[in-house]
Amino acid sequence: MERTGALFGQFRDLDQQRETASLGMWVFLMTEVMFFGGLFLVYTIYRLKYHAAFAAASHELDVAKGALNTGVLILSSFTMAVAVWASEMRKRKLLCIFLVATMLLGGVFLTIKGFEYAQKFEHHLVPGAHFNFPGSETDAQHAEIFFALYFLMTGMHAVHMIIGEGMLLILLVYAWKGSFTGDYHVPIENGGLYWHFVDIVWIFLFPLLYLIDLHH
Amino acid sequence: MDSLFLLLVAVAVFFSVLIGVSIFYLSFRYRRRPNNQVGQLVPGSEALEITWMVIPFLIAMVLFAWGAKLYVTMRQAPSDALDIYVVGKQWMWKIQHADGRREFNELHVPVNRDIELTMISEDVIHDFFVPAFRVKMDVLPGRYTTLWFRPTKTGRYHLFCSQYCGTNHSTMGGWVDVMEPSEYQAWLSGGSNSESPEQAGKRLFTTLACVSCHGDPSEMGAGPRAPSLRGVYGSTVKLTDGRTVTADDAYLRESVLDPGAKIVAGYDNIMPTFQGVVSEDQLLQLFAYIKSLGTQTPQNASDAAGAAASAAK
Amino acid sequence: MSTTIANPPPASSPPPKPHENYLNAHYGIRSWLLTTDHKRIALLWLASVTCFFALGGFFAMLIRLQLLTPEGWLVTPDTYNRLFTMHGVMMIFFFLIPSIPAVLGNFLIPLMIGAKDLAFPKLNLLSWYIFNIGALFTVYSIVTGGVDTGWTFYTPYSSIYSNSQVSAAVIGIFIVGFSSILTGLNFIVTIHTMRAPGMTWWRLPIFVWTHYATSIIFILGTPVIAITLAMVAAERLFHIGVFDPRLGGDPLLFQHLFWFYSHPAVYIMILPAMGVTTEIIATFSRKNLYGYKAVAIASLGIAVIGFLVWAHHMFVAGISIYAAMVFSLLSYLVAIPSAIKVFNWTATLYRGAVSWQTPMLYALGFIGLFVMGGMTGLFLAAMGADVHVHDTYFVVAHFHYIMVGGAVMGYLGGLHYWWPKITGRMYPEMLARAAAIILFVGFNLTFFPQFILGYLGMPRRYATYPPEFQILNVFSTAGASILGLGYLLPICYFMWSMRYGPKASSNPWPATGLEWQTTSPPPTENFETTPIVTWEPYDFEHRPDLGLPKPERARPTPLEAPGLELGD
Repeated sequence: MERTGALFGQFRDLDQQRETASLGMWVFLMTEVMFFGGLFLVYTIYRLKYHAAFAAASHELDVAKGALNTGVLILSSFTMAVAVWASEMRKRKLLCIFLVATMLLGGVFLTIKGFEYAQKFEHHLVPGAHFNFPGSETDAQHAEIFFALYFLMTGMHAVHMIIGEGMLLILLVYAWKGSFTGDYHVPIENGGLYWHFVDIVWIFLFPLLYLIDLHH
Repeated sequence: MDSLFLLLVAVAVFFSVLIGVSIFYLSFRYRRRPNNQVGQLVPGSEALEITWMVIPFLIAMVLFAWGAKLYVTMRQAPSDALDIYVVGKQWMWKIQHADGRREFNELHVPVNRDIELTMISEDVIHDFFVPAFRVKMDVLPGRYTTLWFRPTKTGRYHLFCSQYCGTNHSTMGGWVDVMEPSEYQAWLSGGSNSESPEQAGKRLFTTLACVSCHGDPSEMGAGPRAPSLRGVYGSTVKLTDGRTVTADDAYLRESVLDPGAKIVAGYDNIMPTFQGVVSEDQLLQLFAYIKSLGTQTPQNASDAAGAAASAAK
Repeated sequence: MSTTIANPPPASSPPPKPHENYLNAHYGIRSWLLTTDHKRIALLWLASVTCFFALGGFFAMLIRLQLLTPEGWLVTPDTYNRLFTMHGVMMIFFFLIPSIPAVLGNFLIPLMIGAKDLAFPKLNLLSWYIFNIGALFTVYSIVTGGVDTGWTFYTPYSSIYSNSQVSAAVIGIFIVGFSSILTGLNFIVTIHTMRAPGMTWWRLPIFVWTHYATSIIFILGTPVIAITLAMVAAERLFHIGVFDPRLGGDPLLFQHLFWFYSHPAVYIMILPAMGVTTEIIATFSRKNLYGYKAVAIASLGIAVIGFLVWAHHMFVAGISIYAAMVFSLLSYLVAIPSAIKVFNWTATLYRGAVSWQTPMLYALGFIGLFVMGGMTGLFLAAMGADVHVHDTYFVVAHFHYIMVGGAVMGYLGGLHYWWPKITGRMYPEMLARAAAIILFVGFNLTFFPQFILGYLGMPRRYATYPPEFQILNVFSTAGASILGLGYLLPICYFMWSMRYGPKASSNPWPATGLEWQTTSPPPTENFETTPIVTWEPYDFEHRPDLGLPKPERARPTPLEAPGLELGD
């Protein structure tokens, strides 16, 4: 199918293309909700079942790093929102700057996450043959479930962040070329939607995983 | 069950024949012919749509209600049922009668008695299925399930494992032998003089050192570091977090394998776990002993286990 | 050509080359493997699913051969366990779930709504590639020994005890799930935003409605099975305890998560076939569909209620009595919309002009066999009755009646119905009718005895069985050989027709849908100009372009007005 400018050949006009692209991203995000939802469900069930072990395991997580990461991601959602605004205002340079800022903040997040994972590895908190947790055998088993879910959930989240970084890079390249400061900037909007979604998932993950029974 | 089945067959045959005959008749009666080249315009009818929604709905509700009623009865054994314990493992059934007689892949029962099986698996999920009795229940690792029946005719009936469990799933079967009460008694006493489950459990209570914290159950009063187990089975237990639970089979099992999950009020979390130290057979023996120490009327094990499990869902 | 042109073609574009269509517009393997044309992608899917159907069918043949004797003579129990697992995995994930949506849905939805392509053509192609990459993992698991857990992968057997290639197989299914999700996403967005002017929701063919409903299930259900199987793989590889009771896990949690997808999955497999059947019934009765709105809404109803019934697979799994009651009640509710559709299809025949051409034979066969399969579902929804027949051959017969008697017949009926549109050729009609009848007979002979076997107590997934079950098993295997012949014939004559079949006109039946308003085969952009729709679906009254007499108001029969002459 031929492409004329920003208009792809299967569409009648840019309006239809815009509507389609947006609806597509929303439907995709719904599938992501179901995907993460399965993990959240399993987490909820086991947290109710083994509350004490989950709380003890949670205390091994680095709340400072988690909180810092939360702040970093929220800030990155802000820079992404500014990028979307910049594309609507047809400000190419500003758009590129804020896309880069979002990518950098995402990189900071992933780096801090990397340090956290390395720490877990050193402390023998990675499920598998080398897992070691103080307490009775059943406590250790239940803590291992916590850490399995911790790695599955934050790992899936990190994978989505990395995909998001790739997406931002592609958007950056096209933004630099001026593709999104004309009439058509739906890709930036949709990119923003995806990035905000990944941020929201983290905002649920952080208190659920890091902040169990923290007050005593 | 068979009456319900008959009704289901009748409903199925009725609708299948109704639709089948209608299709044949209508497609023949209104077949394409030189003077019938296009269909006529037939107005829709909301009344008809509603009718053929409501009638199937009513039939469905009858079937649901009957099925549910049967099921509730199937899941709740009479309280005076004869208890028999079943442990399933790849690929055999280990059956333990209350008085000590053990058998493998064959279950002897007296006719005209309610029989309740309490079952657990040592490994994967199995299923205890006796087609002749119309009963079936999955046998799970980590949880007791129960099944009950009342045989009314003597004879030999197939027993099948009906939850796929690996290589020899097809041959993990056996027989249920229903005998006259006198024959059953003869069979029971004709077995090898193995100790009863209570005796085995009492022996385990000492060799596993339960007595060192729980004390000697023949004496009154709590043990040095843990509650006495005298009369505990079926009683209501108060926990440190304020909850009260009933001490049924599932509670006893959890107390041995995951003691920290529920601590009795007034005691500390110091009981070690016996996971990996006791087998399912030994657990059943221990509980037979504990039950023999006096019981309140116990709740049905599977209902409690089911309620506990459904709380987590 | 089309009578729907409102905008004349732009003066600057050259007239189309004679006979240029999507098949001959470009040549070469790259033009096929890198195509973004939904019609070509549909044919790529046709090739893939046919291969996996053949593979799954091969395993089925070995299963039925093994079951000829009680002691099992062909394979060891271990091999048998792998055979039935791979049969199920191949048929469900690699044939039934994609078949109609990916082949017929991909081809027809843009045509039916008057669009040039789907919303996201590149995602469409990606979906096919993801499917084949997933298939690679699963085929790898087959050739390196196979999986022996059953397609249901119950834990802890699959996560701890099985010594087979479980991880490779579940990774394959995980990947294939994304191809489903992309297809569902594409369909939903396309149906929302790409309809031609005048194509309102209530003018959409039921085929589109059922694919919309199916797509809802695709996008909401598939992610759950994906994450569930990912956890099984994680448990196998990393020793976590989510499903293993020895490590604090709960095997029933797996079952709930698994069936939360896998029950709606069966509606993924049947809804598209219902859509196909609706199209065929209307066309071959030359009459509008009775109760169009009811059928459309019932399709959505099946998808929604279908998400609420999963634990009817677990009545004897150890769930509570109360949970069982809720799921039993809801399971009876989900039967109602299906009943509505069956009654409306049957009513459509009334006062029609019915022809028994091959697609209609498949559609009528679908209705009959779907009703029988659906009725036996009532047995399984009744908790007390389910206890007896759960995990026996009764269940096997029930789902094969729906999946094979229903979904596969719907798929074949659809292939025959739209074959002229897809290839521009007709298949040999008499041979096709014979094949349909052979299939119908073979199918019933194969699976009806299994209802009886199940009631008598023969469990499923048994490599060997007590001798009293042999005679019914022999009948079943005999039927399977006839069934196999029934499948072989279409493969042969369809291939023959692509070269030697008579050329087809744009609307051979004729039928009312938009897809018949363009050439057979269609040009790459589907329509010369965007159609503008002004008629209701299945409207034979306002369509002089079909070359049919104008339908009359229904005349009362002697049943309704005694004494009146019939006249025909």
